[in-house]
Amino acid sequence: MTRRRRLAAVGLVAVLVLPLGLFVGSVGLTPGEVLAVLLGGGTPTHRDLVLQFRLPRLLLASILGGGLALAGATFQALLRNPLAEPYILGVSGGAAVGAVTALALGWAGLASWSLPLAAFAGALLAIVLVFRVATAAGRALDVRVLLLAGVVVGAFFSAVISFILAVSDARTIRSAVLWMMGTTAGADWRGVAVAATYTIPAALVLLSLARPLNALSVGEETALYLGTEVERVKRIAFAAASLVTAAGVAVAGVIGFVGLVVPHALRFVVGSDHRILLPMSFLVGAAFLTAADTVARVLLSPTEIPIGVVTAFVGVPIFLVLLRRSTLR
Amino acid sequence: MRIEVRNLTVRYPGADIPALQDVSLTVPPGTLFAVLGPNGSGKSTLARTILGAVRPEEGEILLDEAPLGSWSRRRMARAVGAVAQSEPLPFPMTARELVAMGRYAHLGPLASEGGADREAIQAALERCDVQDLAERRVQTLSGGELQRVRIARALAQQPRALVLDEPTSSLDIRHEMAIMELLHGSAECGITVLLITHHLDLASRFADRILLLSEGRVAAEGPPGDVLDPTVLGRVYRWPVVVELDALTGSPRVVPVRRSTPPGPATTGGAANGPDTREAGP
Repeated sequence: MTRRRRLAAVGLVAVLVLPLGLFVGSVGLTPGEVLAVLLGGGTPTHRDLVLQFRLPRLLLASILGGGLALAGATFQALLRNPLAEPYILGVSGGAAVGAVTALALGWAGLASWSLPLAAFAGALLAIVLVFRVATAAGRALDVRVLLLAGVVVGAFFSAVISFILAVSDARTIRSAVLWMMGTTAGADWRGVAVAATYTIPAALVLLSLARPLNALSVGEETALYLGTEVERVKRIAFAAASLVTAAGVAVAGVIGFVGLVVPHALRFVVGSDHRILLPMSFLVGAAFLTAADTVARVLLSPTEIPIGVVTAFVGVPIFLVLLRRSTLR
Repeated sequence: MRIEVRNLTVRYPGADIPALQDVSLTVPPGTLFAVLGPNGSGKSTLARTILGAVRPEEGEILLDEAPLGSWSRRRMARAVGAVAQSEPLPFPMTARELVAMGRYAHLGPLASEGGADREAIQAALERCDVQDLAERRVQTLSGGELQRVRIARALAQQPRALVLDEPTSSLDIRHEMAIMELLHGSAECGITVLLITHHLDLASRFADRILLLSEGRVAAEGPPGDVLDPTVLGRVYRWPVVVELDALTGSPRVVPVRRSTPPGPATTGGAANGPDTREAGP
């Protein structure tokens, strides 16, 4: 199959999978019923189910999944490491410290509005900390230092989390663990608005940097000779990708593997041109996470599986198969 | 393009000794200018400073009379094509995609390659004899094939100057000669070529002028016949050499002396720490 065909096939599947979450659930809906609701009709029960429950959840999962995959693809290009993922710079650790602190001090419950705020603040703290370390030595942003600083800061944050959990009561621990596994269960329109506000503009910025990211993936020196403003592109791209990740973590906790598996797998299927890879990562990431979200809702209904668990269950085997096939070639 | 370097001193952060000290040179348009020197003598630093990747401590660099700082990266990439010593290739991509990157500086912010760009890419692939490798993944290419693809990318930039850091280091003789002929031909068409190489004989046969660097300073500069002096080379490389005029090409040929070989009839360069050839052998 040519690359163009594979691209079309993957795109088509993603577009078809994307809206499935609207139909599937404890109450099955036909496409006609969903369409009626979206066009302003339908029964009150159906309207409630779709507009207050399934649609915001679908949109949230799409924005988060798309954002995480896009951020992952960006980190991979910037760090020139195909195994980089959105949380590699300690963003998730920072967010978790914020969230767990808020939970332990009783400032916030799992469903309260202040939890995302605390998580977002923690994520931003991690980003600023890691950036300050990586730019301290000289004026240039050194990606190797950035990577190391991210890992070390992440390790420090997980120690802080362990400490807080060690002195917390059982209820707080349960809430914290659930949050850290990632969940879209509490999705509402406010969460959608928060995620969209940060993700959409940052995503557009990243999409506009596709060509410089291509150049950067063959090294900063060569990128410079190809006409790239290397320092500027690196800083903007890191900041935008971190912001997308931070917003995602703040709204739905740590959802692993989307940001690693989706862009990495897509590189095999559609190639490494970021002008194609970045938008495809967003689309496929969105489809992947909405599908995972639907599975999380339906599989053990009425109990919900944390979505992070589903993405790991699905993502890891896919990743291993791809890894094996890629080394065979 | 005219490349001028005046009194350049470069010091890497934290280094006691400057990597380059008071280096000056002028490369007129259409010249093939070779930079020679032992490992660590500052050749790559010189190229990277001229290309704006390293900031000098002192001195100035003028490209077509305009200071380096006045060139935007984009404008510079349309005028100067460069091949760095090496580059990471962490992601799968085809040779054509790699060469297409040479067109980035010519494209509008969100535009994709047009007909003229595709022609430039194809022409560059053909000039470097890699058109048959265009759809291959760069990770599957041999060292020499990859090197030719990278040179093709620099040509696809359609530059007025080329700066190449050891471009022929992993090429077989056919492709080495082909690339040198190509660079020579480019220079004859008015493109300025700054070539860093360890290959003294290629520099001797193809270069219009040679700069010899030694521990960050200029040891000699001029036409090959003047610079390739056995005494100077022996001192700079710390190994005795014989320089003879090649009967076939008429250009100077540098032959490093073996420890066991007695010095030949040609003049031998002495070396302070090198082996003493006169005492070697049975």
